[in-house]
Amino acid sequence: MTGLSGAWSAERPRVGAAPAEPAAKMGLGREALPEEIAAWDTDVRPDGRGLPVGRGTVKQGDELFQERCASCHGEFGQGAGRWPVLAGGQGTLRADRPDKTIGSFWPDLSTVYDYIRRAMPYGNARSLTDDEAYALVAFLLNLNDIVKDENFELNDKNFASIKLPNAEAFFDDDRETSEKKFWNKDPCMRNCRELPKVTGKAISVDVTPDGKSGPKVD
Amino acid sequence: MRDKSRADLVNRRRFLSAASLAGAGIAMTRGASATDTTKPDPLITEVQDWQRYLGDGVDKRPYGSPSKFEKNVIRRDVSWLTASAESSVNFTPLHELDGIITPSGLCFERHHGGVAEIDPAKHRLMINGLVEKPLVFTMDDIKRMPRTNRIYFLECAANSGMEWRGAQLNGCQFTHGMVHNVMYTGVPLKVVLDEAGLRPNAKWLMLEGGDASGMNRSLPVEKGLSDVLLAFAMNGEALRPEQGYPLRAVIPGWEGNLWVKWLRRIEVGDQPWQTREETSKYTDLLADGRSRKHTFIMDAKSVVTSPSPQAPLKYKGRNVLSGFAWSGRGTIQRVDVSLDGGRNWQTARIDGPVLDKSLTRFYVDFDWNGEELMVQSRAIDSTGYVQPTKDELRKVRGVNSIYHNNGIQTWLVHRNGDSENVELG
Repeated sequence: MTGLSGAWSAERPRVGAAPAEPAAKMGLGREALPEEIAAWDTDVRPDGRGLPVGRGTVKQGDELFQERCASCHGEFGQGAGRWPVLAGGQGTLRADRPDKTIGSFWPDLSTVYDYIRRAMPYGNARSLTDDEAYALVAFLLNLNDIVKDENFELNDKNFASIKLPNAEAFFDDDRETSEKKFWNKDPCMRNCRELPKVTGKAISVDVTPDGKSGPKVD
Repeated sequence: MRDKSRADLVNRRRFLSAASLAGAGIAMTRGASATDTTKPDPLITEVQDWQRYLGDGVDKRPYGSPSKFEKNVIRRDVSWLTASAESSVNFTPLHELDGIITPSGLCFERHHGGVAEIDPAKHRLMINGLVEKPLVFTMDDIKRMPRTNRIYFLECAANSGMEWRGAQLNGCQFTHGMVHNVMYTGVPLKVVLDEAGLRPNAKWLMLEGGDASGMNRSLPVEKGLSDVLLAFAMNGEALRPEQGYPLRAVIPGWEGNLWVKWLRRIEVGDQPWQTREETSKYTDLLADGRSRKHTFIMDAKSVVTSPSPQAPLKYKGRNVLSGFAWSGRGTIQRVDVSLDGGRNWQTARIDGPVLDKSLTRFYVDFDWNGEELMVQSRAIDSTGYVQPTKDELRKVRGVNSIYHNNGIQTWLVHRNGDSENVELG
């Protein structure tokens, strides 16, 4: 059907099969030093692997949050303007307009710690200490009603025991079974449907940028 | 000198009047025949500036740019989509492109912490975790490894995501433009992993970016060993800064977010990390409140780029319908096109290279009698997957899954040749 196989076809050897002797080392690169790995390897897994020794309380987190985070995320994590909402929305995932926050949607607390320490505050990433990150995560648990006591201390010992409400609601990609009918040997070619009617138009929404003018590119 | 400027002035006036005539001509004959042939065309009978005066010399543009008459062929953004331009997206002008290769300067951008400007001499790639020997590479090290060239599409998982609830944006640049297709030059990831030596319990890789977002994603080790590349060049030259200069991951057929830019570290582990970009984002919420995760593959998809809202039909009679098709599961086997909203289909002509996990160009050369059209395209890939309608997708997934919208697009072409984005029922 395509009429363009031969040299261009997909039947060429896969990339992974290309190097003939995988065992032979090239001798390129050099061993990473422990200090270097420690500097870059800051990721944290759901089982707590990667957590640094440290601690922080809800109260400490509240203070920090108001100072470093609230200008974008709001005093209560409700989001200022169009910045992301971090708290609330529990029970809305089946609603017409779900509210996907840490409390309502995120499966793992480790992600909160990893992401804050890696990428926040926006525009000044990697500026928080490990303890500050613990305190902020503790405060976010409090904002999401997962921890009520403002004297609660989150630390590397109790971290992995805390479960988020939506932890069980994720499952691996199942398209090949749940969408099996999209594999169709013989799609319809003639008289496939009733006369179509227009049911929706982008121009009625009218949110497309003006495509005729653009930034100056001279 | 004075003579030349006078001649310039005269010629410019002539050019302007010719241009406005030509403009009027298009407006009048749109949907009718070609140009007025009863009068001699001054563009032929009069000597033009570019025929008389010398153009720029060879040193004028050491690195060339497109013609000034192509200045509307640019990436565009939709400012209301995101809160900040540094964590945002813009769109490839698909309606202006042909063939299958996206020019590097037009490849859509998606950043989470702006464009990192990294001196390649200061860039490092670290491999650590479940390896025999953790390693650090410089860019010079990487360029001493055996390399390969491959053409692949990169599609953002959120491409067409604004269209889940219905037609929203008017133009294939905006509805389908989070995709590009270039030739990458790089080193198979397997080469680098072999150098470090995977431990037997290695199951997952974590790729991490060196930018301010520290983008990190988990990748199954089988994929990493099969066709993933660490690319340092695109379309024959170094990566553009906005595409990850000096080093990015290339994950053929899989959602764009995994193609970590400014790649600085790969950790080897025995389970996924559940990072922010694979939990909060790039998970697909279904109608029952549960969510799919690790929906890596981009399914077969296509779009007609002309006619489309930004590319109206100008003439009755002969026209070229053109578009792209692609699939993350393999090659494009066939593209069908309907002009009546999916009632009847004809198989389009594929032209140019048909490559694994690459954009593929299709055409239908047709005569337009000036009647309203409902234009659709339907891609079929080498696994037998047939691109579904949006309604078929919504039946399985609802309207809140944000990502992976590969539903069939409809353009309503009006009698005056203008097109618009519509939904059919």
